[in-house]
Amino acid sequence: MARNITIREAIREAFDQEMERDSTVILMGEDIVGGAGSPGEDDAWGGVMGIHKGLFGKYGKRMLDTPLSESAYIGAAIGAAACGMRPVAELMFIDFLGVCFDQIFNQAAKFRYMFGGKAETPVVIRTMYGAGISAASQHSQTLTPIFTHIPGIKVVCPSTPYDAKGLMIQSIRDNDPVIFCEHKNIYDFSGDVPTESYTIPFAEANILREGSDVTIVSYGLMVHRAVEAANQLAKDGIECEVIDLRTLSPIDMETVIESVENTGKLVVVDEANPRCSIASDISATVAQQAFNDLKAPIEMVTPPHTPVPFSPDLESFYLPSSEKIVKSVQKTLIN
Amino acid sequence: MSSNIKVITMPKWGLTMKEGSVGDWLIEEGITVDSGMEVVEVETDKITSAVEVSDSGILRRTVAVSGETLPVGALLGVITEEEVSDEELDDFIQKFQDNFVPEEDSEEDSAPKTETVQIGELTLNFLRQGDAEKAAFLLHGFGGDLNNWLFNHQALISNRTVITIDLPGHGSSSKDVGNGSFGFMAETILQFMKELDIMEADWVGHSMGGAIALQLAKSHPEMVRSLTLIGSAGLGEEINGDYLRGFTQSQSRRELKPFVQQLFKDSSLVTRQLVEDLLKFKRIDGVQVCLQTIMDCFIDGDKQVEILTNVLESQDIPALVIWGKEDRILPVDHAGSLPNQVQVKILEDGGHMVQMENASEVNRIINKFWEI
Repeated sequence: MARNITIREAIREAFDQEMERDSTVILMGEDIVGGAGSPGEDDAWGGVMGIHKGLFGKYGKRMLDTPLSESAYIGAAIGAAACGMRPVAELMFIDFLGVCFDQIFNQAAKFRYMFGGKAETPVVIRTMYGAGISAASQHSQTLTPIFTHIPGIKVVCPSTPYDAKGLMIQSIRDNDPVIFCEHKNIYDFSGDVPTESYTIPFAEANILREGSDVTIVSYGLMVHRAVEAANQLAKDGIECEVIDLRTLSPIDMETVIESVENTGKLVVVDEANPRCSIASDISATVAQQAFNDLKAPIEMVTPPHTPVPFSPDLESFYLPSSEKIVKSVQKTLIN
Repeated sequence: MSSNIKVITMPKWGLTMKEGSVGDWLIEEGITVDSGMEVVEVETDKITSAVEVSDSGILRRTVAVSGETLPVGALLGVITEEEVSDEELDDFIQKFQDNFVPEEDSEEDSAPKTETVQIGELTLNFLRQGDAEKAAFLLHGFGGDLNNWLFNHQALISNRTVITIDLPGHGSSSKDVGNGSFGFMAETILQFMKELDIMEADWVGHSMGGAIALQLAKSHPEMVRSLTLIGSAGLGEEINGDYLRGFTQSQSRRELKPFVQQLFKDSSLVTRQLVEDLLKFKRIDGVQVCLQTIMDCFIDGDKQVEILTNVLESQDIPALVIWGKEDRILPVDHAGSLPNQVQVKILEDGGHMVQMENASEVNRIINKFWEI
């Protein structure tokens, strides 16, 4: 049975069902229970975005309010995972992952490989990414490509409540480290979500809209702008296929290439900076594997290669918009 | 005035349909139509089918234009008896359009809602429509759910209260199928009947649902008023085992789609949304195990384990067998060697999902069978 809930509720439900099912699942992070000094009642704050609200009363000690030291508790989560727990650690902003690079890049990502497959690190690191709320350069970045660059880490980025729940459950059950990226402007998006537990396999892109004129590939919040652009273009008779990657590592290039074989045109929309990004990675792979199918140069819709500006006007100018996507699609159709 | 004017409106196929896109008109303006005739194609995000009229008369106006997307209940066309003037007709259409409120916008949600019943540990989800004294149950096949009857349910309620069920392990019912046998399914449904206080019913089963209905007729003939078996299992050995295994084991859209296409005569009916909905079902915890458990009881390689044809011989129950000639899951030959008293209808244009692909014909056949 499905009902309409938000992404915030979908993630909370995934935690609730997995914690109920598996006693090794624990939650950690700054203020995830109720904040310093709170007795941690049922109505406690539940983290900066309220994702964990209501869970403390049910799971008590399995929810750890950590000190404000990302490098310490992310290291602790990784260590706990290596010792048989399944921690989900919330690291408020993706921008702060920089202080735990060694724990993530050199430890979590390498354990399985360096110990000859004898060690597993089933940790999930949840983090908020993205611009759009004038949070300035240090709280607005889309650093997804930094993590896709490292072998041994999986990178997940949902765009809908259905995907958020299924991908979170899959992430918790997965035996490798997963960076679970949530756009800070996406929590109140709502959609139909089954009450039952379910998993969405990694590397299975979702086709949100079928079309034979142009392929638009995106992930996370930008998927919704791509759909908006596609709906607008449909009024002029231009049918876009919109692909939501859902997971960035591993990535479902097969679906992208199949679609480009059909349309011959590709527009990639990525909120990350343009150099060495998901957009440039997809463009390179398509150029290499489907060159003969391309009928126009590949278009990338990304921010410029600058820090995220604080000024609201500049910030909205910086971000990919449905208008910019429409223009790029039209550009692929010239000739 | 308006009693001579009948409307054709956008149908509601299944619980989630909100709008449909108008396809080709199959009948031109000015042609006389009979009740049950297909007049216009409608496409939803899940499937394409034809709208049949429930009245006879002249198709005076085709109001909806091909390509247009309209909400459920919107005016598609108008049928009248001869004496209605063009003026009256224009007036009527104008009034209808002025007063029309799409379902989403209206305050009351009049759409039928599913209900649940608890049987021991099991929750069964079902949809009940109609208020006739006699009850009928529709049982879907392997991997299906009550939406498999979306083109039939409404059309069968004129003299039956029709109940569609999500079988155990399927749809929104509990993901628990006991030992996976038809016997377990039949016993569960029996309990369900008793919960609803129904003592006797007409049973319609598609594919595996047919075998379950046969099982019921075998163990509790007194609860079976009639049997309608559509592309049914249990009537012969052969079965497309590759389909069952492929459906059960497929994890992605790419793997699953070719198997789902085998269900239909016209493979193009299998839309992205249809495959996605099946994947959503298959991803739910426990479903994989349920399907595997059922399949292990159901088939041995490419043979069905349980043949129940003798139920049709020994029991004094009226039986109707409907089969699509192009069925790629269960061969139509199984309809050829049944006892004489069984009514057999072979639909030339039908595949395995004949109740969806040839809905109006199947509905007509069943309604007529129930009249006897």
